[in-house]
Amino acid sequence: MIWIAVTLVVMTLGAALAVMLLDNLLAAVAAASVTSLGVSLMFVVLKAPDVAMTEAAVGAGLSALILALSLRRLGLVHLNPTAKGGEDDA
Amino acid sequence: MRRLTTLLFLAGLVFLLVVLADSLPFGDPPMRVGTAIQQGAASEVGAANFVTAVVLGYRGLDTLGELSILFAAATAGGLVLGTAHGGARRRPGGFILRTGSDLLFPLLLVVGLYVVVHGHLTPGGGFQGGVVLAAAFFLPMLARPHETLNHTWLSLVEGLAGTAFIAIGLLALFHDHTFLAPLFHKGVFGELVSSGSLPLLYLAVGLKVGSELASLLSRLASEDGTAP
Repeated sequence: MIWIAVTLVVMTLGAALAVMLLDNLLAAVAAASVTSLGVSLMFVVLKAPDVAMTEAAVGAGLSALILALSLRRLGLVHLNPTAKGGEDDA
Repeated sequence: MRRLTTLLFLAGLVFLLVVLADSLPFGDPPMRVGTAIQQGAASEVGAANFVTAVVLGYRGLDTLGELSILFAAATAGGLVLGTAHGGARRRPGGFILRTGSDLLFPLLLVVGLYVVVHGHLTPGGGFQGGVVLAAAFFLPMLARPHETLNHTWLSLVEGLAGTAFIAIGLLALFHDHTFLAPLFHKGVFGELVSSGSLPLLYLAVGLKVGSELASLLSRLASEDGTAP
């Protein structure tokens, strides 16, 4: 059990560090989502499934979605309709 | 330089947390509320999930405050983002996205409703299930940008759900002289129809949260929303 916790802590801290260091904003949003996912798995390990569900749904899913959509709305990330495959050129 | 300042602040925060954690015994809270609730919740509220017993039974007023904060935030967001005109300029999603959204939409709907309806029995509840429902309705919007959600219906569902929550609370006030006190018969412990008015309250919370977040997401997703 301790190794699961250690792995989760390392993953969460690594993703949190990636949020600060990444230059690509969309990748930073994805890293923030991974951080929330790690925290929610920590909640499962600590036997708090209610909080884990909230964290997974709101922290990992919804807030990442809102952050990504606001980035596009602010014009910081372009999902160019004409580009093949719709790749971002942030 | 800014990163250095951020790291410095983070180090200070970690130091504070470590000092706090050091002074508290781990897993041994100094309060006795938890044990009291664990002993009394099953007979007093009748919910198998004690978290729900606290959220809607003992601290129902806090949940109402949470709902009003969410309502204010969603309303302010809608005001700033403006009404959606439908992302007509956006390209429809590819084959994988469309098929995936068709497959996932009913699944997410069932999971969200399950989480909402079983909130008093298993982990989960109105807030979590509502977010899952909002995600379920956002997925088709992602795949087919031309079809937008009907905001009139969404605000109708949101308003009715919020009214239902307060109406149940007022009914309890007249019946039991306590706002949001558990109403009706408690039923058999652990059954789907049990613990009085708690499932109804969580259904209202789930519908409200789901419609609020779905309308917020659809407003955010539209590219050319104009402020009223």
